[in-house]
Amino acid sequence: MITRVLPWLLGVPAVIVGLGLLFQLVSLAEPRLYFTWAYYLEVLIAGTLQGVMYSLVALGFVLIFKASSIFNFAQGSMVLFAALTMVGMIEWGLHWTLAFLVTAAVMILLALVIERVVLRPLVNQPHIILFMATIGIFYFLDGLGQTLWGSDVKQLDIGIPRSPIFILEGTFEGGILVNHFDVIAAAIGGVLVLILALFFQKTRVGRALRAVADDHQAALSVGIPLKTIWAIVWSVAGIVALVTGVIWGSKLGVQFTLALIALKALPVLILGGLTSIPGAIVGGLIIGAGEQVAEVFLSTFIGSAIQDWFAYVLAMLFLLVRPEGLFGEKIIERV
Amino acid sequence: MLYREAGQFKSSYVADQAIFPIKQDKIGVLLIFLFALLVLPFIASNYLLNSIFVPFLVFSIAAIGLNILTGYCGQVSLGTGGFMACGAFFTFKLTTAMPEVNILLIFLLAGFGTALVGIVFGVPSLRIKGFYLAIVTLAAQFFLIWMFTQNPWWTNYSAAGVITAPPRALFGDFYVTGIQATPVNKYLFLLCFTALLALVAKNLVRSAIGRSWMAIRDMDIAAEIIGIRPLAAKLSAFAVSSFFIGIAGALWAFIYTASVEALAFEVSRSFQVLFMILIGGLGSILGSFLGAAFIVLLPIMLSNLPAMIGLRMPVDLIAHLEFMIFGALIVFFLIVEPHGLARLWQIGKEKLRRWPFPY
Repeated sequence: MITRVLPWLLGVPAVIVGLGLLFQLVSLAEPRLYFTWAYYLEVLIAGTLQGVMYSLVALGFVLIFKASSIFNFAQGSMVLFAALTMVGMIEWGLHWTLAFLVTAAVMILLALVIERVVLRPLVNQPHIILFMATIGIFYFLDGLGQTLWGSDVKQLDIGIPRSPIFILEGTFEGGILVNHFDVIAAAIGGVLVLILALFFQKTRVGRALRAVADDHQAALSVGIPLKTIWAIVWSVAGIVALVTGVIWGSKLGVQFTLALIALKALPVLILGGLTSIPGAIVGGLIIGAGEQVAEVFLSTFIGSAIQDWFAYVLAMLFLLVRPEGLFGEKIIERV
Repeated sequence: MLYREAGQFKSSYVADQAIFPIKQDKIGVLLIFLFALLVLPFIASNYLLNSIFVPFLVFSIAAIGLNILTGYCGQVSLGTGGFMACGAFFTFKLTTAMPEVNILLIFLLAGFGTALVGIVFGVPSLRIKGFYLAIVTLAAQFFLIWMFTQNPWWTNYSAAGVITAPPRALFGDFYVTGIQATPVNKYLFLLCFTALLALVAKNLVRSAIGRSWMAIRDMDIAAEIIGIRPLAAKLSAFAVSSFFIGIAGALWAFIYTASVEALAFEVSRSFQVLFMILIGGLGSILGSFLGAAFIVLLPIMLSNLPAMIGLRMPVDLIAHLEFMIFGALIVFFLIVEPHGLARLWQIGKEKLRRWPFPY
């Protein structure tokens, strides 16, 4: 355990300080680049908190990929659909907690339907076909959500405060600005991950899930019902999508672009490794912090809006060194 | 009854390995081509030519390109949109810099340029495989689009960031781009171009290089052991595929839409082409055509259907319903025939051979 954690404990601060020093050096040579340590840390923290949100989307992907080796492209539209449904419920006059529960029930129902209608007839098909089927689901859910609830941008307010807070005012002049909302969102994300970890490690269903993830056929042969497990996994992914949708939706407003955050979760996934839950979380933090820092400090040199592709290029360069991602299972190939 | 191969004996290897070993196939394809060449331009309306046949032919080229990479070589790519944008912008830069060069040559040059870009983004495929590779190709998609939107140099500093096709003639007065180009001109040019490229593709995939792609697809390590170099095979697949896709992008921008911005080649374009080859059939040139026809026709049918049966619906509702039906149909097709329309055609052919006495 300690040998696995130690490189991170030493490596992460080293990389942060190293990059900071590099930018400081560059800013001495190039006055267009504004750099102070407080500003750097502020960007880094904002990016990391943003990264938590990416992690949440990636988490939904990983859950399904682990249990059924299906690359569920529809996760993004599940996020949108969940958020739209919840807003719709609130507009009907339900309290948001009640709306949350009803939406969770809807997501579970949706998971059951997907399992029955899409996945079961496609058992034993190549992965690419299942991947395409989930893109079909993506389009369907996108259309369904907007047909039912309309396509206007909607506000989702569940009472998370948005005031900025300042930390470390003793160390830096003026302190570091942190968004209150992001901190709470990160905390919710953390709690969700904790619950999932407990669910996977400590419950009977969780054990069955891990068995299925390990080896489908072996799990079947000891009597674990594959169909039930898949339905459960998709339900859990649906609820993760709901939580993600609530957080993203109250940050950005519930709108069509929510479905596209799935695209941002993809580099997170491959950076962390497709089969690893810790990978999804660490990958999300790295991508979030990395792209924020790149956007702020590199855009002076190579042009703005590099957020669009930076995460992908980062993930690609990383995969060239380690093709299975940070925590992914080692890919062993045999003839 | 008519579709019989009985009595057609092959007496040489050349005859046995012809593209259409059955005489009826050869005649059928020739008839379809002649019909498309000689009859269709006179009976089809401009609307039909412009908004169905032109995009169908352009997308067929793109689908053939992606099919070479994904269907024949097994490398899933989501960067098609980016490569199409490459072709479009390369063509624009080349033809505005050298107006006197024939547009056909420019299209081919842009294709070669895109092939080079494809090779660069294909390098990771040597180490990264499967879904990891699919996502890495998104890097190409987003990076290329970003490059074309951020640098005004690519659009010759046009204020709107849009490239507009200048008028260019293939020969004499036969304009294929710009205002003077009639739909019939565009259609005829595209038809011949597409037929030529399809022939090239068909011959490539049944040659040694095509067989090496298929070996890599089926199992890359085994292919390496029997002496196929993965570097050469994968990168050549990326190059050839990007060549086709680049040309398709150029034709899309210059002949179909006539003026285009980089955002027209967004990631949804990549998915569109990917759907074409999946619905049409992986690893089949015919499938690329069938898939392109399906994906081009489906949205047009869906958006015209409510008007046809007399329903009045708000435009945005129709758009959303279109999404739903499109998604549902994709899933439906995958469930019914995961190997695509080409496979259905194959089954149909088998049945035809025995008809009307199936036993």
